[in-house]
Amino acid sequence: MSGTFVGMPAFPVAAREAVGDRTLRSNLRHATRTIRDKRARAVAELDDWAALREAGKQIKDHTLRHLDRYLVQVEETVTAAGGTVHWAADADEANEIVARLVEETGESEVVKVKSMATQEIALNEALEARGIHAYETDLAELIVQLGKDRPSHILVPAIHRNRGEIRDIFRSEMSEWGRPAPEGLTDTPAELAEAARLHLREKFLRAKVGVSGANFVVAETGTLVVVESEGNGRMCLTLPETLISVVGIEKIVPRWQDLEVFLQTLPRSSTAERMNPYTSMWTGTTDEDGPRAFHLVLLDNGRTDTLADEVGRQALRCIRCSACLNVCPVYERAGGHAYGSVYPGPIGAILSPQLRGTGSEIDASLPYASSLCGACYEVCPVAIDIPEVLVHLRERVVQGGPAVRDGNRVVLKPARGHAAERAAMRAAQWAFTHPGALRTGQRLASRTRRLHPRTLPGPGRAWSGSRDLPAVPAEPFRDWWQRTHGGKGGAK
Amino acid sequence: MSSRERVLGRVRRALADVPGDARPYEEAVARDYLREHGRRSVPETVDLLAENLADYRAIVHRCADGQLPELLTRLLAAHGSQSVAVPPGLPPNWLKAVDATRVQDRAASTPPELDRVDSVVTGCAVAVAETGTIVLDGSPDQGRRRITLVPDHHICVVRVPDQVVASVPQALERLDPARPLTWISGPSATSDIELDRVEGVHGPRTLEVVLLSGS
Ligand code: SF4
Repeated sequence: MSGTFVGMPAFPVAAREAVGDRTLRSNLRHATRTIRDKRARAVAELDDWAALREAGKQIKDHTLRHLDRYLVQVEETVTAAGGTVHWAADADEANEIVARLVEETGESEVVKVKSMATQEIALNEALEARGIHAYETDLAELIVQLGKDRPSHILVPAIHRNRGEIRDIFRSEMSEWGRPAPEGLTDTPAELAEAARLHLREKFLRAKVGVSGANFVVAETGTLVVVESEGNGRMCLTLPETLISVVGIEKIVPRWQDLEVFLQTLPRSSTAERMNPYTSMWTGTTDEDGPRAFHLVLLDNGRTDTLADEVGRQALRCIRCSACLNVCPVYERAGGHAYGSVYPGPIGAILSPQLRGTGSEIDASLPYASSLCGACYEVCPVAIDIPEVLVHLRERVVQGGPAVRDGNRVVLKPARGHAAERAAMRAAQWAFTHPGALRTGQRLASRTRRLHPRTLPGPGRAWSGSRDLPAVPAEPFRDWWQRTHGGKGGAK
Repeated sequence: MSSRERVLGRVRRALADVPGDARPYEEAVARDYLREHGRRSVPETVDLLAENLADYRAIVHRCADGQLPELLTRLLAAHGSQSVAVPPGLPPNWLKAVDATRVQDRAASTPPELDRVDSVVTGCAVAVAETGTIVLDGSPDQGRRRITLVPDHHICVVRVPDQVVASVPQALERLDPARPLTWISGPSATSDIELDRVEGVHGPRTLEVVLLSGS
């Protein structure tokens, strides 16, 4: 997988720098706290949330278990509906396919709707190298692109920027790319949104090629689904003559009916809305409505390696809602950039090291970018046990063992004296100066006792190296305290 | 070996040590969740739709059949619309009293032409009360997807109670996946600046929904 931010320091180093950046910290704290509370209210409206979550998990698990069959079915149904299906084993293949398809249209510009998969494969850079300009059209992506910046959040890639910074970027950079920012632009969000509307409209109206990802692909019907808010997605999906969608192979759901689960859980988990403003669904091409040519690029790029891991494969259930980022105490302090990948936060900490392997210092340190507090698991709408996978990946980093890389079985060597150990030490220091994180870490240690070796892996190991690890009681003290004292004074 | 064979081969090898799972899809997924949330009478469901539409900043009107032409004329005038896009199958009498220039939805018109059109009036396929959503499916009274996207003002007429369902599962049952579908919940919006919702980016910044009841 490409898309490692070049020269990225390992997580602890990057995180320490970020924690010291006060603007970043306050931007993040403000944004994640706002959305956290809203999400809790949106979820509380549905009294069958637990059942929806379980169904979402089961649908995804079933699909992954029979992924070969469903992939072939997608190929059949999309083709039957007038689309063309391409297969890409890695990022280079996917980029080559997209570049070739764009070149065949004779165009040198594409409009893009935000897509994690195309960020992961660094498609924009690959297209640029072939003389094709890709314009990001999602407001946050536009802010990132204009600011020559990196995304720091799955849903809101410019979450690290406050309104004043956004205004400054618009004022100084928009004229380089097209229509300049309006005179006297202020930092009110409505004016900033208006500036983006004006800037991008000319690009939408002349666009001949659109590039997207998809939130879901329905195997039985060949339908693709894109969930969005601004309408830039609709523009990219319907105005161009050619549409190219790059989609990870884990985005498949078997049946049309399955959307009834995810269209309820995704908006409430991500933007904390009952429903996001726009959802587009299309099946192949439609006569005289929307693109005349539709291409679906099915992307592996490390997903099958992840699928081969018994514990780690659950990460492929992820629907990229970003709820786990918004509740994560480590993310809130460190910010998205510290994760060195387009997938930040708890999901990034388990996904990147699996998609890319744990060979690099940043990827080996990612499984330690957590206090194991378990908040991510509790909010995840497809019940990914992120702490379980983190512990598993820590063991793999420290103890080595069998894994699959690029489709081949390999045996990883234990990473003795590796950066991961140093990462663990720093994580331990951080935890001891942040008692809340340690407390929740201990709480989880009890709830996941079956996962624990004699010494705790990762920061746990660093902790237990310097102090005796007490026997983990059946019921954590803090749970007992919360239960028997009604949680009074039990700060959370 | 083609990339297709390589990817499929990797999937099969990745799953090789997983115990066999002969359970059909129907048994693998327990659908223990609700088909709709709460019990409501038909008028209550329509009320909930109106409430949730308004909560996400759609402007809601109610009217009886005979009053629709007059209402649409008034709404378009109030918006100052000089031109209005018209899907091919919109009932002709809906816009009979309108002064604005009618722009027919044609395959040949270009996006820049459409950008000069002020408003669009459509019907819908289904509306979802619990989420405050209207769904368009490209039927003749709704037209091509772009006519409800490029103009800045969309008036959508929902026939109540026939086109209203309570929940997302009920809406999907009514829809045909082979058609291009657009689910709309309020006007265009973004949460990209400090995670605060702001209405109005690329799609229509004004969404008006008319709940039309039979006479
Ligand atoms: S891991 Fe779960 S909570 Fe996190 S982004 Fe994915 S689906 Fe959402």
